Amino acid sequence: MNWNWFYRMGSPRWFYESTSRWLPWLAALTFVLLAGGLVWGLAFAPQDAKQGNSFRIIYLHVPASFLALAGYFLMATAGAIGLIWKMKLSYMVMKCAAPLGAVLTFLALFTGAVWGKPTWGSYWVWDARVTSMLILLFLYLGVLALQYAFDSKDVGNKASAILALVGTVNIPIIYKSVDWWFTLHQPATIRFTEAPSMHPDMFQPLLVMILGFYCFYAVALILSVRVEILARERKTSWVRERVKQATQNTLGAGL
Amino acid sequence: MISNTGFWAFLRRDLLLINRRRGEVASPLIFFIMAATFVPLATTPDAELLKDIAPGIIWVMALLATLLSAESLFASDYQDGSLEQLLISPQLIVMPVLGKVTAHWLTTGLPLTLVSPLLGLLLSLPTDGYLPMMAGLAVGTGCLSLLAALGAALTVSLPKGGLLLTLIVMPLYMPVIIFGSATAQYSIQGLAWTGPLAILGAMLALAIALCPLAISSVLRLTTIN
Repeated sequence: MNWNWFYRMGSPRWFYESTSRWLPWLAALTFVLLAGGLVWGLAFAPQDAKQGNSFRIIYLHVPASFLALAGYFLMATAGAIGLIWKMKLSYMVMKCAAPLGAVLTFLALFTGAVWGKPTWGSYWVWDARVTSMLILLFLYLGVLALQYAFDSKDVGNKASAILALVGTVNIPIIYKSVDWWFTLHQPATIRFTEAPSMHPDMFQPLLVMILGFYCFYAVALILSVRVEILARERKTSWVRERVKQATQNTLGAGL
Repeated sequence: MISNTGFWAFLRRDLLLINRRRGEVASPLIFFIMAATFVPLATTPDAELLKDIAPGIIWVMALLATLLSAESLFASDYQDGSLEQLLISPQLIVMPVLGKVTAHWLTTGLPLTLVSPLLGLLLSLPTDGYLPMMAGLAVGTGCLSLLAALGAALTVSLPKGGLLLTLIVMPLYMPVIIFGSATAQYSIQGLAWTGPLAILGAMLALAIALCPLAISSVLRLTTIN
């Protein structure tokens, strides 16, 4: 098998230049999906029989939760690739995925709280899934805190990669134990054991939103990795060339 | 092949070192008792209410006591350079690390387990709960020590790593806390308590197998660089 593509991905320059070509298209697709999904979900999808309009927050809540969890695995995988093949680029991906994932986890918790008030009667409920998300936020914060604690960026990267991997081993255990803990302490007032099956009219916009969030995550991650690349490679000739060109262009436009 | 090279040597060495500074063993224990005493003062002396939350309080305090004592696990070896000497040795350092963690458990986890009945008494834990609580603590503090050692290895080179250690290890402690306090709670409610204890044992087995490997690679990273 030809592994050239894999080794090429380790080059920050190659990543920067190839993403420059197709990033605008991906951004446009993201905009179309998110705008379409939001308008469809918020304005045209039918009301829920029991929850009325308040159910519509799932069009943000569910995709954010999906990406929060997937983002953790992406971060840990990038860290593992960095540790094994010593790729600079994968550490950058890991570093940029951490704050993004933490924000998405917070968004999932926040939208859940906003939805919980009218539906469950309180902003916070010790539900198994809610608690797991909170622990996920703590795991993200731990990785972030460790990343920035070291003077040497290299040690910070490797240490937080190992921590992310340890967290990955722990996530299934955490999830199962919270689940088990919840069945032990399940309060009688809340019945949320099974999500009712959704009507296709409600489900289709949700699917669009999930796709849109995946694209948005990719765009946001690539953008922040590009910034990271420029910052770290600022002394190389290709970055200097680019900066020179960009300043000349803006100067030319200004004149 | 991993032989037990260095396990007993490092266990004996660390126990000897700790024996020369006995105050350090007492501090987490005193903290454990003091902090748990504050809970009835801050909430209520009502025995009925305390009995329900007693296992939880004891477990949270055991967690904090372990975390407080973990910072010193590799600190003195890091400062006097013996950690570096250990790392440049040709063999794997998995067994020495396990020996050090075992010494830590023998001087924090085990004493905490042994004084826990006293706290049970203070927090009016029903008598049925003592044995399961102690069994759970004995197994669970092993997991706590291993994970705390991982945190200590990650933060050993940082000047003020103590708080960061707490921050990164605490989310990993959650399963241990859940099943540990469940062991005692089950017995109080008259249920079979060996189930959660068995799960704690499984977690300990997993931690013994994986943590020393992770700790030794982390030490190589944070100490050599």
